Order: sequence, then C-alpha cells, then structure tokens
Amino acid sequence: MNLIKRSIFFAAMLTLLAACGGSQPIVDETSSSDQAGSADTMGTGADSGFDRDGSSSDGAFGAGLQTVFYFDYDRSTLTYETRQALDRHAENLRNSARVIRLEGHADDRGTREYNLALGERRAKSIADYLVLQGVSRSQLETISYGEEKPIAFSQDEESYRLNRRVELK
Amino acid sequence: MSNNTLFAPIMVNEATRKSQAWSCLCAAILCLLLPATTAHAQTTIEITSGIDDPTPIAVVPFGWSGSKVPSQDVAEIVSSDLRRSGLFAPIKAKDMLGQPHQSSDVHFRDWRAIDVDYVVVGKVKLGGGSQPLQVQYELLDVVKQQRILLEKLSGTEAQIRDLAHAASDKIYEKITGIRGAFSTKILYVSAANRKNRSYNFRLYKSDADGAREQLIVESEEPLLSPSWAPNGRDIAYVSFESGRPAIYRQNLATGEREKLTNFKGLNSAPAWSPDGKKLAMVLSKDGNPDIYVMDLASKNLRRLTRSSAIDTEPSWYPDGKSLVFTSDRGRAPQIYKVSLATGAIERLTFDGSYNARASVLPDNSGLVLVHQEEGQFHIAEFNFESERMRSLTKTSLDESPSVAPNGRMIIYATKQYGRGILAAVSTDGNVKYNFPRTVRDVREPAWSPWTE
Repeated sequence: MNLIKRSIFFAAMLTLLAACGGSQPIVDETSSSDQAGSADTMGTGADSGFDRDGSSSDGAFGAGLQTVFYFDYDRSTLTYETRQALDRHAENLRNSARVIRLEGHADDRGTREYNLALGERRAKSIADYLVLQGVSRSQLETISYGEEKPIAFSQDEESYRLNRRVELK
Repeated sequence: MSNNTLFAPIMVNEATRKSQAWSCLCAAILCLLLPATTAHAQTTIEITSGIDDPTPIAVVPFGWSGSKVPSQDVAEIVSSDLRRSGLFAPIKAKDMLGQPHQSSDVHFRDWRAIDVDYVVVGKVKLGGGSQPLQVQYELLDVVKQQRILLEKLSGTEAQIRDLAHAASDKIYEKITGIRGAFSTKILYVSAANRKNRSYNFRLYKSDADGAREQLIVESEEPLLSPSWAPNGRDIAYVSFESGRPAIYRQNLATGEREKLTNFKGLNSAPAWSPDGKKLAMVLSKDGNPDIYVMDLASKNLRRLTRSSAIDTEPSWYPDGKSLVFTSDRGRAPQIYKVSLATGAIERLTFDGSYNARASVLPDNSGLVLVHQEEGQFHIAEFNFESERMRSLTKTSLDESPSVAPNGRMIIYATKQYGRGILAAVSTDGNVKYNFPRTVRDVREPAWSPWTE
C-alpha cells in the first residue's frame, strides 16, 4: 500500500512540476471540479470500471452488458432502455446461481440521509424488476451509499446525472 | 504516519492554486518536508456577516508571569470567540491607549475616548502543582465605570483554551444575558474522494471554533450522521466499515464502542433522546425506511412509522415526547411530527417542494431545516407560531444544520469552490461565518450539548 501511495505521490509531484512550466494556475478555482484529494490528472468527471454508457469494460460480472443504470432527480423509476438491458441480466441470472450486489447512489443535492434512502429505493427498484423477470430474490443483495461515493465531481447536471445510479456488481 | 505521503500531493495542489511557476518548485520541496498534519493546522474563521451595530469591546492582551510563556494567547481566544458571535466588535490591541492587566490600572477615560463599551483585562500565571495554569480576568463596563465580573480559573497547561472559552462564555452571558456556547465541541466528517474510486472518511471532534481537531474514527468506507448523547461524552454514528451500514455508539474518552444495529438494509440517522436513554434511528429491515426508537438499556426497538415512503432524519423535541422526521409520503420530502405516546403523525411543512433534516430549536419555537428554494438548498428556520419559513443562508448546497445548545447559532455544511466546508449562521440570519477550507471535503457537523 505504501508503495502505491508513494507512486501516486511522485506521479503527482511530476505532474505538478510539469504543469508549472506555464504561468497559469494549475486549478481554476471557479470551475474546480476536483474534490479534496484528487491526486490524478484526468480531466473527465467520471472514472470507473465502465465506459460513459455504463458498459462493463472488463471481464468481470456482466461482461458486455450494461452494469450501471441512471435515474432522474429524486426518482427511482426505470427507463425503457434500463428495463431492456436488465432483461438480459435476468436471463443470465436465471441460468446461474450467482449472487449480485446492487449498489444504489444519489447525486449530492438534498440531504445525506434522505439520499441514502433514495439510493436504496433505486437499488430495490432494479431488484424488484429482476425478480419480476424470474430472478430469485436470494441472488440479489442491495446496498445504498447515498451521495457518499460519487464518481463525478462537478456541481453540474452531467455530474449529477452520472452520480444518480445503480451499479450491478 | 504512512498517510503523509498520500496527502502530501493534495497540499501541493492547494498551495500552488494561485501561484506562479517560480514558486512551484519551492512548494514541491516544502511538501516533502512538511508533515501532512499541517494541512489542518490553520483554523482562521472568516466572518462574512454581522449585526449592524456590534458592541465595541476591548480584550486587552493578558499579562503573564511564571516559569514560562503560555502556549496560547488567552485574550486573543476570547476576542475571537466574541467576534465570531457577531454581536461584538473587539478592537485591535494597537488601537488601545494602554494595556492594563487589572481593573485598578484601568482609566475609563482612555476607553471612552476610543468609544469602547466594555473592557476585559486579565493575567495568566503558569506555576507548579496539579493546576499550574491560573487565569484571572475582569470585565468592566465603561459607561457605568464599574467592574461587573471578576473570575479566577485554574487548570492544567493543556487546558488553556478551555479556560479561555470558559471566560468567553461568562463575558458573553454577563453582557447579553444568554449563556455562551464557546466551550462546546463539534463533531464532523471529512472525506477525500479520489477519482480512482478510493475514498477516505474520518470522523473528527474539535472545539466549536475548529481548534484542537481530534480524530475519532477513520475508514475507507463511508462514515456519517454523527450524533451527540446529551451527556456530551458518548456519540453515535453510522459506519460502513463492515461493508454494510451499521450504527455504532462510542465513548469519546475511552474510545470504547458498541455496534448497536446491523440490520439488513439501511441503518441510519441515529438521534439521541434528550434523556439519553433512547436512540431514534432509521431502519429499512421491514421493507423501506421507517423511524424506530431503540431503548439503549434493553436494545428493544419500537417502530414509529409504517409508510411505504421514505421516512428518515428523526430528531427529538426538547421534551422528548415527540420527534420530527422527513418523509416523502406526500411525494416530495416534507417535515412531519410523530407523537411517542399516541403514534399520531402530523405534517408540519407545506412551503416548497423539499424540506428535510429538521431539528427543533432548544426553546421549542420552531425548526431549523434544509429548505429548497428556486432549485437551491438553504438552511431555513420554520417558526411554529407564525408557520413562516425563512431562509437564513444564500448559498446553494447547504445541508446538515445543527443548532448550538443556546439556540443562537447553527453550524451547517456547504460547498465553496466545489469543496465541502463548515459554516455557521445565527438563528436570526444576521451573523455568518465560514470555517476555513481544508484539503478535504468537510461535512455533517454536529454541535455538542453543554458539556458541564
């Protein structure tokens, strides 16, 4: 762990020195989207194991399938596209004993405890749909992180949209 | 501390935010030398709004005697406390015509000449024994030309800030008639969210002015909803450290802790009853989030709400007979009241489409809550008698209001340049101050009860 931390540290150091080549401030305060502690230099809001469309990009669960589903503000209703994508998961799950984890999240507007409840409602909304499609309830584990684990860090609609999600793992 | 290397780059990022190229190298070298703890060392509070006519007061630098110089400037701490209340305008030491340390040396005309209403003089002595630190101070009324307060305090050297805050409490009370809350503490959560999906959460305790920050718990999984027991010694909070949310109770002095609930689903929003015997909380073990009350001695649970909606954020009335909570049973989140005796539920707020996280003011005059107005989330006060909602803040992502035990100030979390900071506003909306921005996201402040 220390080695990793140290690597991040020196990478950041190099980035810093490189960025100092010009006279511009490294971070524009008015548009700073970096939350505390962002040591990397990626410019986009989201960084995770999936693409922007939420497809799984590695060989883990749901390879080739969409594993992240997005929701409207303060809502837990599933879109037509979400239901279609979930149908494919349902088919896979019906033919396996695999247990999946549904992690619900919210954007950072509104209060934290309410958002925890909202994230749970979103995860359950997906779980309920999968059960309707014949998946056993025992294969589905839900947890809500509310707004505590954002993947996008700006205060704008795009970040809010990316954070209002349920991830299947 | 292995964390030093982890957090050092953040410091650089912060330190060079506005700097030009030439200073970057220096910053990079500095950051190799400085321990990460310095990132939290500065606690200068920025007062952004005060009352129109604050009372001018002179807190004269204290005299000192004894074996060594005290580590902290008592007059400066008292001065900062009074200034932060928004009700006082402490004058600068350089504007004082003299710097007496006891009332017999005070010439009232010197203070009238510079339009000061009150003068505080005092001295600090650091001697031996079990209570080596001795502070004596006097409060003088310049208009009446008389001493109105004389007090002697003693403690250990480490208690110098405690003694200073105790003096502030007394001075504030003598002049305003309201008990001071400068000796109280706050709990808050700070987080570092990194884009590579690693997170770090810490629960801290500090003095009400942010000084003497002390780490209570640290986790890579979320920590939230810190809540004080009325004794000021125990706290409750939610931790996801086991991979799922659980409510913990912890003793601040001993560190001893106990997992109170670990049910399937949500375990959130713990709130101690005024008598300290019960803990209200939110559990979704029976299907969806409902309000429960746990008897802490027997661990028995009583379910208070049974709706298919979200019911969350319980908070007690001062008499302990009812609670307020947030529910979206009417589609949008609003504040409701539930009576413990009858279970009767009553909707309290109707103004706007998002009212949440309410707490009842200590004098039972109304609620402090998060209120959405034109798409922005403000801290607001809802008065029970007039049934009027009034926004106290103007920033857009304000949350987690927590009221000081004297009911005068509300601490809350807001965002500044995209980062979470703590801020405070007076219950009348006139006084505002921001805690300093740190390298981490700071949120969920909880103001302690009286600690003595």
